[in-house]
Amino acid sequence: MLQDFYYALPIMLASLWSVGLILIEALAEKASLTKIAAQLGFILVLVFCFVVPNESHAVFYGMLKTGLFTNYTAGVFSLTGLLVVSISSEYLNDEDIHYGEFYPIVFLSVVGMMLMASSGNLTILFIGLELMSIALYVLAGLNRKLDRSNEAAIKYFLLGAFASGFFLYGIAFIYGDAGSLSLIKISSFYESHEPSGMFWIGLILVLIGLLFKIAAVPFHQWAPDAYEGAPTASTAFMSTSAKIASFSALIIIILTFASILAKTESFTNVLAIVAVLSMILGNLYALGQDNIKRMLAYSSIAHGGYMLVGIVAANASGLSGVLFYTLIYSITTIGAFGLILSLERKQSFLDINDYRGLFKTHPLPATLIAVFMFSLIGLPPLGGFIGKYLVFSAAIEADLTWLVVVGVLASLLSVFYYLRVVLVMFLEHPNDNVQVTEIASLNTVLLILALLTLVLGFYPSPLINIAQKAIAMF
Amino acid sequence: MEIHLTHYLALSAFMFTSGVVGVLIRKNAIVVFMCIELMLNAVNLSFVAFSHYLQNIEGQMMVFFVMTVAAAEAAVGLAIVISLFRNKQTINLNQINLLKG
Repeated sequence: MLQDFYYALPIMLASLWSVGLILIEALAEKASLTKIAAQLGFILVLVFCFVVPNESHAVFYGMLKTGLFTNYTAGVFSLTGLLVVSISSEYLNDEDIHYGEFYPIVFLSVVGMMLMASSGNLTILFIGLELMSIALYVLAGLNRKLDRSNEAAIKYFLLGAFASGFFLYGIAFIYGDAGSLSLIKISSFYESHEPSGMFWIGLILVLIGLLFKIAAVPFHQWAPDAYEGAPTASTAFMSTSAKIASFSALIIIILTFASILAKTESFTNVLAIVAVLSMILGNLYALGQDNIKRMLAYSSIAHGGYMLVGIVAANASGLSGVLFYTLIYSITTIGAFGLILSLERKQSFLDINDYRGLFKTHPLPATLIAVFMFSLIGLPPLGGFIGKYLVFSAAIEADLTWLVVVGVLASLLSVFYYLRVVLVMFLEHPNDNVQVTEIASLNTVLLILALLTLVLGFYPSPLINIAQKAIAMF
Repeated sequence: MEIHLTHYLALSAFMFTSGVVGVLIRKNAIVVFMCIELMLNAVNLSFVAFSHYLQNIEGQMMVFFVMTVAAAEAAVGLAIVISLFRNKQTINLNQINLLKG
């Protein structure tokens, strides 16, 4: 039993630390202090992810599952948390919404994501999903005096709670058919029993709930509104880690039910259709956007589609490709949103035309934006290319060449809107009416992120190895 | 007439569908939220019915978690509705249309 605490050290520490953060904020009421405590907490969790053993263990009576997969995902979540916390304080100050509560809420959300990624029981999966989502609803509505932020929050909240209802109903059906909520017991039950219709209905409902959180088409309607209206710091967090957490849960479900899912083609076909729709429609909608936050929202829907291709392939290389993709995607997306929030002031400077000639006035931010946009396109030698390559090659391995063709064509489509930003910045003349100053202190963090995308593009193999081991040792 | 598992499940499915229809057609944010609560409680009914039928306690344990989560969700949701009403003097979802495109 005591051993269990050791195996689950990152998640234990994160839960305790989030309570501690609430206390610190309540007693000291100093946002800057809470920020430092949150950063320290994320770094400690990140360190513990490397320390704890990588073998798979079912701990706490099978409620949690620990191992390399959990350590990897927990590391990614705390890294995104750390980055978001590090880039947001000046921005929140500028927007007059620098509430200390921001940090405990981000931390609690990360705890929910870690629970999702280490769940050995459907109860934990549900609790984790809700802990993550409820915290995100608050973050979306953080700017409570601004009607756009209110609108983002109410849309996200109502549709999110609606999807949670479906997710929960799915769990009820699976429970009713298999007679247990434990993932291990459910999968061993179906080794001797044929899954009934009730199980399939349940699985589809669970899938709808997760696809909603991923913002895959046709469950994406909330995403552009929520991403555009929410404060940019919250958007950077929502669009990356919430998506990764849902993908981790999806991987857990695919791996646990692998033997059942192998019996039928229709499950993969449904996911393949969702992936195709997300890739095509996400990129098509993004083409028509002038607001850069909204454009990135649609592009994140498309990236969800690319990652789903790896899930559809469902082989070891596909799932590990998704794990790699999630990390590189969060680094680039947080980088891109970090630059947006460093340049925007009070809801202005969000139109792509405002970026006209940015390279002449602010060369460093413009170059960094270009790096992140190229990585999002998936141009070599940046990290985004490796992620896409891994996912697509896994799909070819699984005889899904048509899906890869669609994916590559959709990526071609995406070149137009990413390049538009770059061209506007580098080739056009500065707009004299728009004056802008970046938050200079962010440049170091964003530069590190840009270097990371480059490094992961040149030396991806260590990380790929870890991702492959995480899937193999699950 | 004896009441079987199917009766509970049918009632639960009816409640859940009412909730879904309500979410889709009602325009008042509070009413929509109440419909979501109806969906969650319909699921709770299913859990309890399955739990009794399977003679397995896990389903009833889940119900407690769901109730707690629903309470937390209500707290956050009503706070969002209040801040929305302060800014716009309405909670009609048709009039909440700044973000589109």
